[in-house]
Amino acid sequence: MATRDTDWDGVRLHVVTGKGGTGKTTVAGALALALAADGRQVLLMEVEGRQGIAQLFDVPPLPYAERRIAVGPGTDAHPGGDVFALVADPESALIEYLQMFYGLRHAGSALARLGVMDFATTIAPGLRDVLLTGKAAEAVRRKDGSRGRAYDAIVMDAPPTGRIGRFLNVSAEVSDLARVGPIRGHADTVQQVIRSPQTVVHFVTLLEEMPVQETLDGIAELRALGGIRPGAVIVNMTRPLALPQRQLQAAARGKLDQAELATGLKSAGLEDSQGLAGALAAELTEQAKTTLGQEEQQQRLDTAGQPCYRLPWVSGGIDLAGLYRLAAALREQKAA
Amino acid sequence: MAGRPPPRLDVDRLIGDRRTRIIVCCGSGGVGKTTVAAAIGLRAAEHGRHVVVLTVDPARRLAQSMGLTSLDNTPRPVRGIKTRDQQAGNGAEPAGSLHAMMLDMKRTFDEIVEAHADPDRAAQILANPFYQSLSSSFAGTQEYMAMEKLGQLRRADEWDLIVVDTPPSRSALDFLDAPQRLARFLDGKLLRLLTAPAKVGGRAYLRAINAGFGVVTGILTKILGTQVLRDVQTFVSALDTMFGGFRERADYTYQLLRAPGTAFLVVAAPEEDALREASYFVERLDTERMPLAGLILNRVQQVPAAHLSAARSLAAAEVLQAATSGSTRSGGTAAGGAGTDDQAAARRLTIAALQLHADRMTQAAAERRIAGGFTAAHPLVPVAEVPAQAEDVHDIEGLRRIGESFGPR
Repeated sequence: MATRDTDWDGVRLHVVTGKGGTGKTTVAGALALALAADGRQVLLMEVEGRQGIAQLFDVPPLPYAERRIAVGPGTDAHPGGDVFALVADPESALIEYLQMFYGLRHAGSALARLGVMDFATTIAPGLRDVLLTGKAAEAVRRKDGSRGRAYDAIVMDAPPTGRIGRFLNVSAEVSDLARVGPIRGHADTVQQVIRSPQTVVHFVTLLEEMPVQETLDGIAELRALGGIRPGAVIVNMTRPLALPQRQLQAAARGKLDQAELATGLKSAGLEDSQGLAGALAAELTEQAKTTLGQEEQQQRLDTAGQPCYRLPWVSGGIDLAGLYRLAAALREQKAA
Repeated sequence: MAGRPPPRLDVDRLIGDRRTRIIVCCGSGGVGKTTVAAAIGLRAAEHGRHVVVLTVDPARRLAQSMGLTSLDNTPRPVRGIKTRDQQAGNGAEPAGSLHAMMLDMKRTFDEIVEAHADPDRAAQILANPFYQSLSSSFAGTQEYMAMEKLGQLRRADEWDLIVVDTPPSRSALDFLDAPQRLARFLDGKLLRLLTAPAKVGGRAYLRAINAGFGVVTGILTKILGTQVLRDVQTFVSALDTMFGGFRERADYTYQLLRAPGTAFLVVAAPEEDALREASYFVERLDTERMPLAGLILNRVQQVPAAHLSAARSLAAAEVLQAATSGSTRSGGTAAGGAGTDDQAAARRLTIAALQLHADRMTQAAAERRIAGGFTAAHPLVPVAEVPAQAEDVHDIEGLRRIGESFGPR
């Protein structure tokens, strides 16, 4: 297995969060692919029951079981490893937990029938969350006889930024409810994994005010919790505008030299008919305003002091090829 | 290949119709729902309605764009409302008004408890760890309390239009399900099992029940421990007296949502995920016989130079790039005058413009295809488009601009 320096050597659990609409699931998928290069085994985990992974990788809906869904990028000398996917729902996680720790086979389904999950999600979401994070922690710790650990890395497509602190701070959430007892013990074990250097939380964002604010708030929240490590800020869907600063400023103020544009169009063999230069200038002006706003947001993100990766905007939506492109971009930037 | 265009959603008519009393904006997270709700509220106020916007989004920027330092559980007046005549600089016809507030989930829940239980019992409930978890968690309670607040505002009858922005659920459907789920939970089999011993009291009861119960409590004790189970039982029996009240309120808001005078607007960005959620929502509203007014397609890419295709634009950019690299090879002084600094600058600018344009055309085509898919599946759902804005909304003028996309074209 080839080794190369990355920003996250030693990290096994990559938790990926982000505000809705930022492409959190896409980035989690790309990161899993990137981590699966060089023969590594990666588990990509989903916890919100949306079947986002299945849609992303264009496979049928996934069950509560670890299924191989893709192969990481590789070369002949170093073939890519496997990406497995798991859709974890609290009910199945509870049934599995009861089997694993108490040897109870049918009890879990009996509880499910009685609406225990409704109960847990309604009055004590901390209990539900500990089952989901518990599954990730179990995968981190799991051993596989022949090769040591079962997975080299686990990527979790986690709940959105607004909920991430609560979701990961399971021990505190549970201990408010259960000061002693088995569930408390389980929560503490899970917490050890989450608060270890093996775990980091990446934030996916766009260069817009709201997602940037949520990212900064989320990083501050994790820091305040203590022991849960913020990872990278991953800026998704970037569309740089290839203009020198002077022209960018002029464009944003609507002061572009349209004659210049008309000259350029003419030498490209396009006639400046129907006000083409004017219409293109209007497009540039809009985009320049957006770009300047984005630069401002990038500066705000930089104040967080976390490593920052930029992923390109992929026109016309993300397909599998686009996903590998994003994975390559992550590897180039040493995210994996 | 584009199918038949959807009917146009006339938002102005909806907000101008005095019979419209509640507008619910729903949709998945990150589609600009809150901003759209605020823009609709502003536009309605400027049409002469007395409007309150209820948001669940603690967005400081939105508060600031309405001239408020922050939003809280009390409706605050928004200044700077102008009638359309005033905007045109003409005389004043009486304007409407706009208030804005943000849901305080825990406060709202506490108030229900205080309203439905005697002071001692209320204090007991408010102090219980399970109540605290329930009332401050995000899962379901926020949706439920948003509906509760909507009911309160409607009963207060101080506004003639309430615009409500639903919580940023992982799925747009949570907001319809949550009130029912809480009611079902409070009514549930499990809770009856858990409360039964507390109600009947002790061993006599335990002897009388079937073995199933023993198994269940046995397992719960194993997972949770006896202390937790006891806390749950205390909490549940304390809530017991309020069950009826909860169900009644959940039913009331549910009926309110179905009543004439309520209109649902589904907000989506022209993206696969957002429109998939929107589709589910449209179907769900139909099943529940709730009144859907239409879809607001937010952030639609505008392309002023639409007559230049992406392919021609990229080809032209390549011609210029070839010319640029050609002149570089010959030291920037190529024959034919192709290499002066001015011309190089003009080429760079034009290349950037053409590449940007091609991107926008591709994006616009993808958006049309995705939106077309929605309309093919739901041909009768009216659609209104809001153009993508170059910058974030910072002030009331920005909100007004979004509202203007609902006006006559």
